Amino acid sequence: MSERFTPAELMVVAASREIQDGETVFVGMRLPLIAFALAKRLHAPNAIGFFENGIVRDTPASDLLYTMGDPPNIEGALMCGRMTAVMGLMQKGEVDLGFLGGAEVDKYGNINTSYIGDPTHPAVKLPGSGGAADIASLAKRFVVIIEHNDRRLVERVSYITSPGAGDGSSSRASLGLTRGGPSAIITTMGVLRFGSESAEAYLESVHPGVSVDELKQNTGWPLAAASEIATTANPTEEELHIIRDIDPKRFWTS
Amino acid sequence: MTMRAAIAQHVPDGSSVALGLALEALIPFAAGHEIIRQKRRDLKLIGPISDILFDQLIGAGCASTVIAAWVGNVSAGLGYNYRRAAENGIPNEIRIEDHSNFTIALSLLAGGLGAPFIPAHTALGSDILKTNQNLRVAPSPLDGAAQVLLVPAIVPDVTILHVQRAAETGACHCWGNLGVSEEGALAAKRVIVVAEEIVSLDTIKSDPNRVIVLPQRVSAVVHEPGGAHPSPVQGYYGRDSRFYGEYHEHSTTAAQFETWKRRWIDGIGSRNVYLKLLGSQRWRALQVKDRKLAPPVNYSAT
Repeated sequence: MSERFTPAELMVVAASREIQDGETVFVGMRLPLIAFALAKRLHAPNAIGFFENGIVRDTPASDLLYTMGDPPNIEGALMCGRMTAVMGLMQKGEVDLGFLGGAEVDKYGNINTSYIGDPTHPAVKLPGSGGAADIASLAKRFVVIIEHNDRRLVERVSYITSPGAGDGSSSRASLGLTRGGPSAIITTMGVLRFGSESAEAYLESVHPGVSVDELKQNTGWPLAAASEIATTANPTEEELHIIRDIDPKRFWTS
Repeated sequence: MTMRAAIAQHVPDGSSVALGLALEALIPFAAGHEIIRQKRRDLKLIGPISDILFDQLIGAGCASTVIAAWVGNVSAGLGYNYRRAAENGIPNEIRIEDHSNFTIALSLLAGGLGAPFIPAHTALGSDILKTNQNLRVAPSPLDGAAQVLLVPAIVPDVTILHVQRAAETGACHCWGNLGVSEEGALAAKRVIVVAEEIVSLDTIKSDPNRVIVLPQRVSAVVHEPGGAHPSPVQGYYGRDSRFYGEYHEHSTTAAQFETWKRRWIDGIGSRNVYLKLLGSQRWRALQVKDRKLAPPVNYSAT
């Protein structure tokens, strides 16, 4: 990994590139807060950000956000309202993209943020869904951002908090989900993509300085790969400048 | 009413209590700390996400049940007390009713509507439906074909809201992101309002669109400036994100949390004492100094 930027900065850049101009994005917590602001300032000036606390923004916040409820996210908002309004619009199909984190993600894009081990006697109790199960169920597509190792990228999650493609054989529609599904998993080592041919994630690109073997060794299942594995494009000077302007003390991007 | 009296009167042992309904802002920490000081037990905590307040109530042994979508520390990570309780029954076993944010929002909405449940398309295929058996999947009664999630109503015994300003009578104004504050206030049997400022009823009635709870539903109004610290209150003070990081470090073990609790909760007689402990310089630095006033609107009938 180049010393010119941190893995977190590269993940923010990769996440921001998932946002297309004019899209409505369910932003979420932590790195996506910066990815949304970055996309807004560069290639997606007309993107709209939904926040589950009820905020809707058409401009990036004026200051670093530690949480979506911070005062800079309210000042200059397009709307400050109820959770049921933004969640309801997502249920209607009006959200293009949502971002999710997780403790575990599997090859079908299912995410666990609830329990490691038996839920009645968990080895680790994780914080829970928050809005993640809703974003995974209701957005037109979702992107996972996660640290890359074989404890986090596992063959099957032990608990599905947020549904991807389930067990890979039955469709989301058979569960009653009317749309959506995983689009990409952005990790500290590369980008995994979901296509239309298979429910399984495949390796699309490795980050600069990461080998395909190294990435596969740190993945908890035999990872399929694109016919040509790309190298994730480096962040541009402009992208790094904006990220460091947003997060000068590297609270999120160290 | 004082915070001590409001909690003593309206939050008895065994109550179901909804709080933190605006998510990361306007969290009624002062009310939560008074609940801990009064050693309430067997509470059922209800909320969408809880940014460290539920963790504190759980660590202090106040909670028997958590009905929530997320419990932790939003800017710093996991909630250690929540983990200790769920994993090892320390300080006591807790029952967890898993939700997503949308299902808890719809539960409170149904509670306020007097509806038994609300159908939804969310969380289908999620194991939340296995660990919370109150959430059911059924064919839609209208067309019989589509599977829908039935989200049952939740009616909290009490909802506690932190707001910017209130009249003594219970009428109050709140602005910023509301989360599920309004739904929670409509659903609950009674409401405690904690306000940064007490204003006249005329001030509240001058802008009825900013009223977030029917005043008749409010059982107690508590004047508690700084009562939401370390969470932010729009127009009053910002988020003390450093405090969340410090709490994370100082709650790693049960013994550390006990020390933290003694310092910040047990020995604190009033919110003024808490803010003095925080330090006037730190508290001043969090205050909102700029003014961005919305132009007034005209409500005149004539």
